[in-house]
Amino acid sequence: MTQAAVNPSGASASDGGAPLLKLRGIQKTFGAVRALDDVTLDVRAGEVVALVGDNGAGKSTLIKTISGAGPADGGTITFDGREVVVKSPADSTALGIAVVYQDLALCDNLDVVENLFLGREARRHSHPFSRLDEVAMEQKAIELLAELQVKTLASVRTEVGSLSGGQRQSVAIARSLLGEPRIVILDEPTAALGVAQTAQVLALVSRLRERGLGVILISHNLSDVFEVADRIVVLRLGRNGGEYPATSDQRQAVVAAITGVADDQPPAKADPRTSFTKEQA
Amino acid sequence: MTAPTTVAERDAVQETGSPVGRVLRRLAAGELGSLRVLIVLALIWLIFAIANDRFLTAINLTNLTLQIAAVGCISVGVTLVLLLGEIDLSVGAVSGLAAAVMAVLSVKHGWGPYPAIGAALLVGAAIGLFQGSVSTQLAIPTFVVTLAGLLAWQGAQLSVLGSTGTVNLNDETILNLAGVFLDDWVGWLVALVVVLGLVATEIGFRRQRAAAGLVQAPVVGSVIRLVGAGIALFGGVFIVNEDRGVPLALVILVAIIAFFHWLLTRTRFGRHVFAVGGSDEAARRAGIKVKRVRTIVFVLASTLAAFGGVLAASRLQAVNQSSGGSDLLLLAIAGPVIAGTSLFGGRGSVWGALLGALVIGSISNGMDLLALESSVKFMVTGGVLLGAVALDAATSGRRAGGRT
Repeated sequence: MTQAAVNPSGASASDGGAPLLKLRGIQKTFGAVRALDDVTLDVRAGEVVALVGDNGAGKSTLIKTISGAGPADGGTITFDGREVVVKSPADSTALGIAVVYQDLALCDNLDVVENLFLGREARRHSHPFSRLDEVAMEQKAIELLAELQVKTLASVRTEVGSLSGGQRQSVAIARSLLGEPRIVILDEPTAALGVAQTAQVLALVSRLRERGLGVILISHNLSDVFEVADRIVVLRLGRNGGEYPATSDQRQAVVAAITGVADDQPPAKADPRTSFTKEQA
Repeated sequence: MTAPTTVAERDAVQETGSPVGRVLRRLAAGELGSLRVLIVLALIWLIFAIANDRFLTAINLTNLTLQIAAVGCISVGVTLVLLLGEIDLSVGAVSGLAAAVMAVLSVKHGWGPYPAIGAALLVGAAIGLFQGSVSTQLAIPTFVVTLAGLLAWQGAQLSVLGSTGTVNLNDETILNLAGVFLDDWVGWLVALVVVLGLVATEIGFRRQRAAAGLVQAPVVGSVIRLVGAGIALFGGVFIVNEDRGVPLALVILVAIIAFFHWLLTRTRFGRHVFAVGGSDEAARRAGIKVKRVRTIVFVLASTLAAFGGVLAASRLQAVNQSSGGSDLLLLAIAGPVIAGTSLFGGRGSVWGALLGALVIGSISNGMDLLALESSVKFMVTGGVLLGAVALDAATSGRRAGGRT
């Protein structure tokens, strides 16, 4: 319906295949604040789409409309060619959308295997007093981490609290894959990581793409984005601010789109940014 | 398949060095909490054995196990609550009220022993359900809910006991709970069955892991654990058989602890208890029904407190207005904490309930033998509690500092 209305400036990089996830005309308001206005986003299978923008641009809000944590007020979400309604996290999980949050959501007192399978433990029988099937879980965990080439763990029985930031992020990402999702959303996966650990996590993101998953990567760090993404979608003040292929010659254009000084960008009135900062909360 | 090889990463977990060095490091890091409390216990026993030659006699050690059965049982429930990072201040009052209900039903209303005990346990479960639901549904801190409970159930206990204030128990089955001892050969048989069971479980466990191609822990560890358990069991049976035999109350307490240990470490429910205690936000996002887990734990804790009250009544052979009062609550919480159960949730073991109760019980028992006044007893127990927690804080600070 609003498809024709929004096709903001900038190149459309990917052309292979129909999008797995298609957002059209997404609206979200908080009181008088219009946090998302007519936002469009496409994600194909086997593609890493970076979602960038300044603080308060609406990245987290947009993700919440997909994950069901904060459903959209208007617009359509199409998943695998079918229009869907995402009203709760359970809805998005059922569709095959997994979110890895910035604050990780791991239990420090549990080991890697226990964290990976938390909430979906393998058991011997189905009655409530059944023993856990630790052997099956440990095997599956080793297999999964090997597939993802996460090699720095001394043991899958290490307590997560004693792992480094990069290792914790790897565990969190691996955990999201156990539900066999088709889209994985990574919220600032490299924030607060050192250089080596960032490289580790970015390599993991490429492997998700190789597995044929659609990946949405939210990041502040443009060098990470250019290293791993296929396409860059810029959000600015709750609107689409352009879409760029992730080739290094586009760097200036992306920065300009984020800050709003691009030629083809309508000039911002006064500085409305302050009125948008609340949405991050 | 072997373990994934360790690539140099700045803060990857170091597990190198000799086995002895590794154990010492883990001990210092607080991972072997139960071993630490065993050392504390050995020290206390050594001191009292030197101070009074009657301390380590069979009769005194048998008395010690009878003294700790009730508080140990209550401590199991407290441990469950502590694992969530919550607190239950009502367990003492609940034990008193449950004992009063049992005594009145048994003595004044002529109920049989099992219905009377069952009613006491039901009272406990109902209180746990009430307190757990109020706390989770209205988001009131458990400290406040159970503090209110502490006052209210004490009042209920006075009201149930009525004007006389004391009810003397006369039912043989109830009195036998803390008053009967197994025949010598039965004690040996129980120890043998348990040890064989442990060995069989361990072998089965290792076979399964081997068949699945998983990394095995060193055999030495398994052997040390099993030999340790064997010595503790057979040695314990040998000692108490010198006196009156294995007390039934001790068998009941150990069986309860073994069951809850299994529940916590081998089932989905137990895993969820640790997860909620570690990070309730992470648990919620993983789809765990956090409120339900919390409520069930409070039901279990209050039910165990009620059974502890039944055991205490059986030992005292009466229920009075001070049953479940005095320092019972504080000792029931101090025990697990001394044994290394974290007040912040997510770390600990129900065996700590037994070990902590043994530490506290030994101090109390030993000082009684030395005819010290209760003023000294309280101060020393307080000192040991503070010392144990300070040690825990120091070592867990080190553990937390180990990560970035």
